[in-house]
Amino acid sequence: MDNTQTIQPYKETFSIRRFARRNGTQIGIISVFFALWITFIVSAPNTFLSPMIYKAFMSTIPFFAIMAMPLTLAVIAGEIDLSFTSIMAMGMIIFILVYDATSNVWVAFLAALVTGLFAGFLNGILVVKLGIPSLVATIGTQFFWRGAVLVLSQGKSGTLVYTKESLLRPILVGKIGGELPMQMIWLIIITIAAWALLNRHRFGAHIYLIGDNENSANLMGINSGAVRIIVFSLIGVVSAFAGVIASLYVTYFWPSLGDGYLLRTLASVFLGGTSVFGGTGTILGTFIGAFIIGSIEAATVAVGLTGFWTKLIYGFIIVSSVAMHAFLRKRLK
Amino acid sequence: MTNRIEFKNVSKCFGEVEALQGVNFHLGQNEVVGLLGDNGAGKSTLIKILTGYYQPTGGEIYFNGDPVEDLTVPRARELGVETVYQERALAELQTLWRNIFMGRELTTSFGFMNVKKMQAETHSLMTESMGFTSTAVTPNSAIQTFSGGEKQGVAIVRALYFDADIIILDEPTMGLSLKETRKLLNFVRGIKAAGKSAVFIDHNIFNVFSVADRVVVLDRGTVAGEFMTSEISLDDLMDKMYRIAETGSFEGEVDEGFSEGK
Ligand SMILES: Nc1ncnc2c1ncn2[C@@H]1O[C@H](COP(=O)(O)OP(=O)(O)O)[C@@H](O)[C@H]1O
Ligand SMILES: [Mg+2]
Repeated sequence: MDNTQTIQPYKETFSIRRFARRNGTQIGIISVFFALWITFIVSAPNTFLSPMIYKAFMSTIPFFAIMAMPLTLAVIAGEIDLSFTSIMAMGMIIFILVYDATSNVWVAFLAALVTGLFAGFLNGILVVKLGIPSLVATIGTQFFWRGAVLVLSQGKSGTLVYTKESLLRPILVGKIGGELPMQMIWLIIITIAAWALLNRHRFGAHIYLIGDNENSANLMGINSGAVRIIVFSLIGVVSAFAGVIASLYVTYFWPSLGDGYLLRTLASVFLGGTSVFGGTGTILGTFIGAFIIGSIEAATVAVGLTGFWTKLIYGFIIVSSVAMHAFLRKRLK
Repeated sequence: MTNRIEFKNVSKCFGEVEALQGVNFHLGQNEVVGLLGDNGAGKSTLIKILTGYYQPTGGEIYFNGDPVEDLTVPRARELGVETVYQERALAELQTLWRNIFMGRELTTSFGFMNVKKMQAETHSLMTESMGFTSTAVTPNSAIQTFSGGEKQGVAIVRALYFDADIIILDEPTMGLSLKETRKLLNFVRGIKAAGKSAVFIDHNIFNVFSVADRVVVLDRGTVAGEFMTSEISLDDLMDKMYRIAETGSFEGEVDEGFSEGK
């Protein structure tokens, strides 16, 4: 076939039905978002009509939403990672130890990121080279890194006030114009980067392909092992980054840092429409999913329920969104 | 003239299973070789070694007379091999254009994809080579909505798009209608006419006989024999295939009656 001839650009005629069919899950999650939002406003107008609550969301949601982005890539590739909450803390304890040795927050920051990268890489090796299912491998490393943090910190918390003197803190968790939290900017940057990687880069195309049919991808020359290792490494480095911003925000380190984020991060990904069976999922879905998850805690309290309800609701969201995918898959078969 | 591809004493084991044992095989310049053999004879295994997907357990592989070690799928492609695998190697949930360009996406810079170009190329392939006429199917349609024949068409067109000069077809007529099968056989004749080479695997001995210059018969992991189609009649070839299936040898005595518990 002659590939040199100029090809007519392809322009698809727009059809609403086709658009709806292709973007069904994204339209679904956006509808859920607005439905919930209206419900919140109606049931707790004092809270949800004040800008205060939205400022609060922008400061706290990025801590886990940032990690939900590379986690989305892993789930699309047919994998899972449960160790990232411990990697957050592991990166941070290395930050503290390196700062103690060098008195340089930038070197400490870099060391934290490298630690995260290494921890993620290790997950990738366990899964790809040793063939351990990622669910099991990352439960293992979750305990391992948490244990390492406890040993290294002697279980003690510590202050990070020294970071207030450096530029690192305002860059990571400062407020633009005293209003817009920097972590929200970082979330937007990481979201756009993840989106571009997934949808516009060949690496992202390979993520979808191996999650869809790994055997086909391998037959067509895609090195699925390398793709997986890179995805786990990305989760590692981003988790360490999230650990640093979550700690610098409160200028405080605590050894159980990250513990509360596991459920929220996973729920954001699954609620966002990424299939636990691999091969489908979107960054936009995860982004909206994270904001729904992040607002549920505030909403339950504002509506007058106790905080105990939030875990139940997160759990319900995970089970029902995963069940929905299982149901859709059965119907398609 | 040197052979495009030559296997010397190639073996492949999957644990206990010896899928290929000391196979010698070659594909000449501008030659179409038909591979015949029962299910499990090792045809697909031989193909996957040739495309770099499996590493052989033993033996040597030559491309254009040069030994090639550690053949990989991308390397085999550089050497001009394109393949339609028996299992089709498609990703059902992905769009048509992502399937066509699977593993070798067209990029602009830094690995970023040229999505517009791939969609345009796919669209022209659809209308020119795949014969899709329905407007419901677009380059952005997911493969899972296609019929079996259409999926097979995608796998075939994908292999032809990249302008390779060695084309491997592993049971490509599976799931095709009679008309589509005829079109495919003409494709294979076109490969020959264009001066390229092909390996063609099919369960239907008529199809193989009608396009191949030479037929290689595999039996339980070994080459049982080979014949030039110009030197043997279809009847004789069928008779030999039957003997192989019954006795494991071309010369074996065949019991013409209905035997029990064979
Ligand atoms: N990946 C594999 N793992 C284990 N055994 C395999 C594998 N692929 C093929 N085999 C075995 O090797 C033999 C040859 O298979 P194959 O090459 O697919 O035969 P054919 O294509 O001629 O039907 C069969 O016994 C098959 O079960
Ligand atoms: Mg086969």
